Amino acid sequence: MTRPAPRTAAKPADGFDYSHRTAPHVTIRGLCKRYTDATIYDHFDFDIPRGKLISVFGPNGCGKSTLINMIAGLVPPDAGEVLFDGRPLSRVKFGYVFQNYREALFPWLPAFDNIAYPLKLMGVSKPQRKARVERLIERLGVKIDLALYPYYLSGGQQQLVSIMRALIVEPEMLFLDEPFSALDYEMTLFMRDQLQRVFIETSTTMVLVSHDLEEAVYLSDYVLLLSRHPARVVEFVSYDAPRPRTDKTLSEPGFIATKAHCLKLFQREVKRA
Amino acid sequence: MMKSRALLPLVGVAILLGIWAIVNGLKLVDPVLLPSPLSTFHTLWQGMIGGKLGADFLKTVARTVSSTAIAAVIAIPLGILLGSSEKVYRSVEFLIDFFRSTPASAMFPLFLVLFGVGDRTKISVAAFGAALVILFNVAYGVMNARKTRLLAAKVMGASRSRVLFDVMLKESLPQTFVGLRNGVSLALVIIVVAEMFIGSTDGLGQRVFEAQQLFDMPGMYAAIFAAGALGYTLNLLFLVIERRFVHWAGR
Ligand SMILES: Nc1ncnc2c1ncn2[C@@H]1O[C@H](COP(=O)(O)OP(=O)(O)O)[C@@H](O)[C@H]1O
Ligand SMILES: [Mg+2]
Repeated sequence: MTRPAPRTAAKPADGFDYSHRTAPHVTIRGLCKRYTDATIYDHFDFDIPRGKLISVFGPNGCGKSTLINMIAGLVPPDAGEVLFDGRPLSRVKFGYVFQNYREALFPWLPAFDNIAYPLKLMGVSKPQRKARVERLIERLGVKIDLALYPYYLSGGQQQLVSIMRALIVEPEMLFLDEPFSALDYEMTLFMRDQLQRVFIETSTTMVLVSHDLEEAVYLSDYVLLLSRHPARVVEFVSYDAPRPRTDKTLSEPGFIATKAHCLKLFQREVKRA
Repeated sequence: MMKSRALLPLVGVAILLGIWAIVNGLKLVDPVLLPSPLSTFHTLWQGMIGGKLGADFLKTVARTVSSTAIAAVIAIPLGILLGSSEKVYRSVEFLIDFFRSTPASAMFPLFLVLFGVGDRTKISVAAFGAALVILFNVAYGVMNARKTRLLAAKVMGASRSRVLFDVMLKESLPQTFVGLRNGVSLALVIIVVAEMFIGSTDGLGQRVFEAQQLFDMPGMYAAIFAAGALGYTLNLLFLVIERRFVHWAGR
């Protein structure tokens, strides 16, 4: 995992100067996206802070997935640019976790090999791959039989495998598009805490799309509230309860107030239609 | 309970044999046209373990297997190539569908002119028919690869050829096996017809035809059963291979 380098770090091999680490991690400028029947983004500007977990929340169809897909290069924007510390996407290691884990994992590979696959793409040798996956397993405290094929695992376990596959390359960013919405409630609660643990462990910059406000606030340092399309930033709500957050967090006044504030803005946005 | 379930398919067989034995015993049908099950299976057994039927059976197996193998070697890579670009496939889709709809038997005269009377004609017509079936299935298998899976590979930094080999190819395997099973069935049909009618001296088709000409009814039924067993076994063989190699299909 790319732990943020200390401020005094020497220039790393990739030539990027990490010394101004307080600068935003991702800068989005003038992003435009039109589909035939609607303008989803019209000159959208936004900065994603480094080492934070931000949740993207907004009305259905407002462009949450489109936003992270444009940042992650899955959907080409019509105009505008996205830079990671001033670099283009092609020079950035990032992970992406899909909502539909069933279709995102490779059923012909055991879970272990699924996790190792990105390393194989990078040309890492087999013993090295094995060592790195084992290190990740230990670090995250994962207790799944990874010799099994994904279809023998529960939904939550499969999504955990997806998340591990995204983390194995030690990405500097992780995108998650409604990763838990296909899971039952019990599993969702468990997976939230797994994700929080990963975040605390790795401090990877994370962008999480969520349709569940409780989840969005509970997990994040900031909630990015988007308007109906063309999407604007309604507000970038900060939530700084200490981690690890637990069930108790959910009944703390700070949490309730933040959630209520987001809900008020959201409802105003929905009614505005 | 489980055991009796596994035996269920035998019930139909027993009923058929029973009716056959009764019809034969009561002489409801001229015994010359419908010999007893016992004499038929006796002929089948005798023919298979040393008689001419066994040799003809092997001939047909060899022709069917080689035509299917030729078809697979041509059609699988071509299907992957066509299927990996929807545009390319759409541009040749009409041709594939047209020739797939053309009865392969209508191609015999053409292939006879090209290859003359002999194995080459039989095998190439059967390979032609099977190849189109396999091609079409492989191409669809590749085209219908789950979008999320392709995106997942792309987002992990897989190159185009990596996506093709690591994802599209695997994704197309279940459909490829459907194509192979249909292809081998079609190849068998074509081979047997060819053995009957285009100057063949051996093979199951020839055996059936000759037995009929000589009014050797037990011999004819025996050859028909041998052909049936062959078709069934080939299909089963591919199913077993499929279960082994495409363990994830339908999961
Ligand atoms: N490929 C596409 N073609 C046309 N319209 C699209 C396409 N993808 C998304 N849209 C539209 O863009 C809008 C935003 O989509 P999306 O980003 O998926 O919304 P959400 O915020 O629910 O994730 C929706 O109205 C959707 O219908
Ligand atoms: Mg979405």
